[in-house]
Amino acid sequence: MTPFAYERATDASSAVARVAAHPNAVFLGGGTNLVDHMKLGIAHPQLLVDVTRLPFSKIESLPDGGIRVGAGVRNSDLAADRTVRERYPVLSQALLGGASGQLRNLATTAGNLLQRTRCAYFQDVTVPCNKRTPGSGCSAIDGHNRDHAILGASDQCVAVHPSDMAVALAALDATVVVLGRQGERRISAVDFHRLPGDAAQRDSMLEHGELIVAVELPALPVAAHSVYYKVRDRASYAFALVSVAAALEVRSGRVHDVRIAFGGVAHKPWRARRAEAALRGAPATEEVYGRAADAELADAKVLKHNAFKIPLARNTLRMVLRQLAQGGR
Amino acid sequence: MKASITLRVDGEQRSLTLDTRTTLLDALREHLGVTAAKKGCDHGQCGACTVLLDGRRVTTCLSLAVACDGTSVTTAEGLAPGGTLHPLQQAFLEQDALQCGYCTPGQICSALGMLDEAQAGHPSFVTEGLAAPAELSDEEIRERMSGNLCRCGAYVNIVAAIRQAIAERATP
Ligand SMILES: Cc1cc2nc3c(=O)[nH]c(=O)nc-3n(C[C@H](O)[C@H](O)[C@H](O)COP(=O)(O)OP(=O)(O)OC[C@H]3O[C@@H](n4cnc5c(N)ncnc54)[C@H](O)[C@@H]3O)c2cc1C
Ligand code: SF4
Ligand code: FES
Ligand code: FES
Repeated sequence: MTPFAYERATDASSAVARVAAHPNAVFLGGGTNLVDHMKLGIAHPQLLVDVTRLPFSKIESLPDGGIRVGAGVRNSDLAADRTVRERYPVLSQALLGGASGQLRNLATTAGNLLQRTRCAYFQDVTVPCNKRTPGSGCSAIDGHNRDHAILGASDQCVAVHPSDMAVALAALDATVVVLGRQGERRISAVDFHRLPGDAAQRDSMLEHGELIVAVELPALPVAAHSVYYKVRDRASYAFALVSVAAALEVRSGRVHDVRIAFGGVAHKPWRARRAEAALRGAPATEEVYGRAADAELADAKVLKHNAFKIPLARNTLRMVLRQLAQGGR
Repeated sequence: MKASITLRVDGEQRSLTLDTRTTLLDALREHLGVTAAKKGCDHGQCGACTVLLDGRRVTTCLSLAVACDGTSVTTAEGLAPGGTLHPLQQAFLEQDALQCGYCTPGQICSALGMLDEAQAGHPSFVTEGLAAPAELSDEEIRERMSGNLCRCGAYVNIVAAIRQAIAERATP
């Protein structure tokens, strides 16, 4: 591990100033991803600015009926929050489906959003990887790519984003609030992560030195009726092969409102706008669910080992919509 | 780079100077000689290094010791001051909930943290309707303990030991 200086931030703007001024500085949250990467030789920061003691560990109500989640709120506390459980159950479930109890007690909201791909080649410094070393090539495209993307990938990178929480946030129309040297800006959760294109090294729209201070959820009535379903190789404590975050409201047999995002299929949480459009106003039937899934997956491209993800995504979405329509969550 | 920190470990105030790269796990084991927390994977994947940090269960292999300055750490060793076993430790013995024992200190700290979480009404991934769980079924215990791997596969008896501890809590 490269030696580094450690500082504990006391206020947000000086934390931003410190990191922005130093090209090799990073913020430290719970450390559960960053310290792992430092051990693996993937990250070599020279200055760590610990932001966990900043006063942004609260969950507050907003005047418009939404909530504001501080960037430092631990994943376990967010999942257990009464308001979140009642009004945004998909978010609680996504958090509880991720990592383990003892990791969720450490992991922060901001750190969870910014966790990096679990692509095995990205984590192995001895092999080429465009995300880790731009221009070196992608070992996954012709390698073991069972876990990799079926939507939105490029010939530079086929990795998927590992966060469960981020999938729920994308479905919930959340906003990420960011503080930079020029002040605050707001980025919608759907646009926060990016597709790899020809810059696989960039996971998100965040610039160096920008600090996530909060995530805001809008008042969203349909969200009270939502679910997170995660398909994985074992029953617990594993990353998603495919996951679905969905909220659905059916009135008189027709889809009144709907939100859908997929996890495990792309370089970012995949908001399923085409599926939503196919559903909105349509009868809540199996046939319509199938058509909606097909509309979303029409452009899917498979690699040698991940073709199973197309039927898995399709069937998981249909099952989730059926359950939600029947009143289960 | 060096840093000086103070930790309260199993009830005792300890001050030490260490390299900023030192994890909390290595600070405990290598610097303070507190070896109850075990190193299994060193990457957050196995739970062997679990302790209670300010009362909450956490892994210690991905936490930097300097970031834990001023906190209070309880390891499985600290649960048995003067050698009197904690009821959960006793339950692990009575239920034969271990073979080699390497994962056991982490299992015990994790189970204690988990029981407090359940008591505070926290749901798990398998809790119906995200309600506060009335009682912990075996399915609930397994889900909530899934961050602690046991290479010897003592899971069945680990669940039994936790069940025994819950029953003893209910009827003091
Ligand atoms: C064994 C294991 C299993 C896991 N399984 C899952 C799973 O199933 N699903 C899942 O979703 N996740 C899983 N995770 C990942 C886990 O959720 C993340 O490691 C965690 O959420 C990261 O949060 P952190 O606070 O520890 O981030 P850190 O490791 O501290 O930081 C991560 C990144 O965020 C940056 N950062 C931190 N705070 C801020 C801020 N306020 N502003 C700007 N940048 C910031 C850091 O600089 C760093 O780049 C797993 C992890 C492990 C180790
Ligand atoms: S898929 Fe992306 S992260 Fe994985 S090896 Fe290729 S470039 Fe690297
Ligand atoms: S040693 Fe920390 S989780 Fe395995
Ligand atoms: S008893 Fe041997 S690893 Fe659990």
